[in-house]
Amino acid sequence: MRRRDFLRTTTGAATVLASPLAAPRLSLAADNKVLRFVPQANLANLDPIWTTQYVVRNGSLLIWDMLYGVNDKLEPQPQMVEAHETSTDGKTWTFRLRPGLKFHDNTPVLSRDVVASINRWMARDATMGLPIKRLLDALEAVDDRTFRFRLKAPYPKLLFALGKSSTPCLFIMPERIAATDPFKQITEHVGSGPMKFKKDEWVPGSTAIFERFAGYEPRAGKASWLSGGKRIHFDRIEWKILPDAATASGALQNGEVDWWETPFPDLVPLLRKSPGVAVDIADPLGNIGSFRINHLHPPFNDVRARRAVQMALNQSDYMRAVVGDDESLWKEVPGFFTPDTPLYTEAGGEKLKGERKYDAAKKLLAEAGYKGEPIVLLVATDVAITKAQGDVTADLLKKIGMDVQYTALDWGTVGQRRAKKEKPSEGGWNIFHTWHAGADCVNPAPYIALDASGDTAWFGWPKSDAVQAKIGEWYAAPDLAAEKKAIAELNAAAMEHVVYVPTGFFKGYQAWRKNVSGIVKAPFPVFWDVSKT
Amino acid sequence: MLAYFLRRVLATIPVVLMVALFVFSLLYIAPGDPAAIIAGDQATPDDVDRIRAGLGLDRPFLIRFFDWLWGVVRGDLGVSIFTNLPVSHMIRQRIEPTVSLMILTLILSLSTAIPMGVIAAWKHGTLIDRAVMMLAVFGFSTPVFVVGYLLAYIFALQLDWLPVQGFTSISQGLVPFLRNLILPAVALGLIYMALIARITRATMLDVLSQDYVRTAKAKGVAQKGILFVHALKNAAVPIVTIIGIGFAALIGGAVVTESVFAIPGLGRLTVDAILRRDYPVIQGVVLLFSFIYVLVNLAVDLLYTVFDPRIRY
Repeated sequence: MRRRDFLRTTTGAATVLASPLAAPRLSLAADNKVLRFVPQANLANLDPIWTTQYVVRNGSLLIWDMLYGVNDKLEPQPQMVEAHETSTDGKTWTFRLRPGLKFHDNTPVLSRDVVASINRWMARDATMGLPIKRLLDALEAVDDRTFRFRLKAPYPKLLFALGKSSTPCLFIMPERIAATDPFKQITEHVGSGPMKFKKDEWVPGSTAIFERFAGYEPRAGKASWLSGGKRIHFDRIEWKILPDAATASGALQNGEVDWWETPFPDLVPLLRKSPGVAVDIADPLGNIGSFRINHLHPPFNDVRARRAVQMALNQSDYMRAVVGDDESLWKEVPGFFTPDTPLYTEAGGEKLKGERKYDAAKKLLAEAGYKGEPIVLLVATDVAITKAQGDVTADLLKKIGMDVQYTALDWGTVGQRRAKKEKPSEGGWNIFHTWHAGADCVNPAPYIALDASGDTAWFGWPKSDAVQAKIGEWYAAPDLAAEKKAIAELNAAAMEHVVYVPTGFFKGYQAWRKNVSGIVKAPFPVFWDVSKT
Repeated sequence: MLAYFLRRVLATIPVVLMVALFVFSLLYIAPGDPAAIIAGDQATPDDVDRIRAGLGLDRPFLIRFFDWLWGVVRGDLGVSIFTNLPVSHMIRQRIEPTVSLMILTLILSLSTAIPMGVIAAWKHGTLIDRAVMMLAVFGFSTPVFVVGYLLAYIFALQLDWLPVQGFTSISQGLVPFLRNLILPAVALGLIYMALIARITRATMLDVLSQDYVRTAKAKGVAQKGILFVHALKNAAVPIVTIIGIGFAALIGGAVVTESVFAIPGLGRLTVDAILRRDYPVIQGVVLLFSFIYVLVNLAVDLLYTVFDPRIRY
């Protein structure tokens, strides 16, 4: 064979072979009845009571419906419930279910299913479920569509508890599933919501498929977050787990996926330049960064040491490290509650404002008896937000003369070690970082990080009677004005006691293909009313 | 030969057992707590303790190990802590993408690296030799993920020829299967190709200087025959050895490649399981990988006898 013939033959063969490869993709994103969604994390299981991970809550919102659901004003609205009555003493609540509610196996949703679901939820929801359980005289199914709470004392926030978005949410499951030990994982996923979970197509770490449930009857009216008519415009919603941000970005630009829940901030400028991609803030309630202090051991068992850190901490440093220079994404937050929500307050927040006082902090540390002991700072280096905060804290502590023992771990290990109450020198800790979803910081009910009950409080175990008293006052507040007063005093008390130190308020982006419409800003992905052309 | 084969197969059992004990101990010692991850950030310490007890993670080491080992003996690798699915089911779900990726990588690497090495040796000191060696150095020095991103950028985002991510089973057609796997296989195969090309060249250079090659040339045997019939066969033993050793690098590289191209294979399963401390899955996958590696080494040993009849077992 001559060289020219060889080249002609091989070029021809290569063209023939390559032509199907170069053909348009197999309509990956062409079907407007299939939505391809990249969630924030791997959906490793689907039991929203057993685990409190947000990604599990988000998947569960498709499968199970709720009795109530908060709208975009954070007000609980009836969802599976048709109506309710409250006794004049506020202790008896009677609820009636909507007619026609069905599970995915086409059996009707009955009161006994609701009672079993509430029982499982109460056992695991430390912030609202357990307090309700302690107040409970009886929870009973009156008839197939009616159930009743009989409480020992009024609990004015009951509807919020039934419809809150913070984890664990109260999802309604069939009685046989809800009877599962709340500390063990369910094995069946028969839902009550608009989509069915296709367990046979589930590949954990790769894909999770949801298929429209024809028997679901949405409420009348427009949807708003977890409330209203949850109308799904897709036959299938496919969750594609893409842990690598660059891959997810490429897949979105290439039209292989339709919606990416949490684009990495560094990639957002690139996505904005892509002609087929839209980018916007994901969650208006954002997140509050947390400098979590162990109150059990020196030096931070002395409030003066905690105040020393508080007066030196510069939230701008933290926020620039966490989200960068895009100032539309963050702001300083001299308070514990979510900005732009009804109870937001800056009472007592002047401690976090203005010029930072390093010399005064050093002096206060000396007064607290700090003599250069190592400060064990746990830093989860595999999570960008905690890593960034940890680095800023290491620098801050050095500035105020502390000896920092920077302990680099992964998040799984931080999760284990932060539960240890031992001395820092014996495997315990002094400081770790995390962040709280703004949706969990709108009031004290879901806000476990603000609890200052000592031994039973969240990691760090702060103890302050003043803080606890103000939380109690909020629970008993009869109206918004009284709630605001209690929250302002609570904020000031928590600042004074330094329950923890907020490191700032920050938001994240979401991105989607421009042929997808109806995506709203919310603390979770809202699939109802989303459509694709 | 048969006796040797049976002896080697039996010898894999203690090796795999040692690996099992080592991995189990390592995971026991390693910090981290799946219960804390399951319970989530808002959980109380008491919740975490109860979940840990529910998972049986509070039981003594030896009881847990022998429970697991007894399961393995019966063919039961246990149940994933997080997904509640049997580990064997999860491995079955993931094995096709990984095996497909490895086979395609092997085909691509061997079909390019061996001819490249042979030609480089044949054209020793020429521009072709230098070009092959430069490519080999590039293949060695460039991390898999860099090559992966680069390929995805060029062929998916710029040229729009291939998808950025995903996997399509061969049962759905050869073309979609190749469309998804070609970039990952090239990315993963580059280092393997570089390794084999260099060894092939070095071994061929040595063989080509032997007397019998000179004799063959003197007898007027065609160059093709000298290279591929006489020389390559005699150079095969070190090349096969390096292919076997390189298999471990391939397994390691598959972990990265599967993450970059979002291929739902065993590599990603391993990474996800490690990050979550999903002990039964980690143990199951590592056991499988070690078993495969032992088998590959056995195959390499047996291949020696094919290429060099002087070797006897």
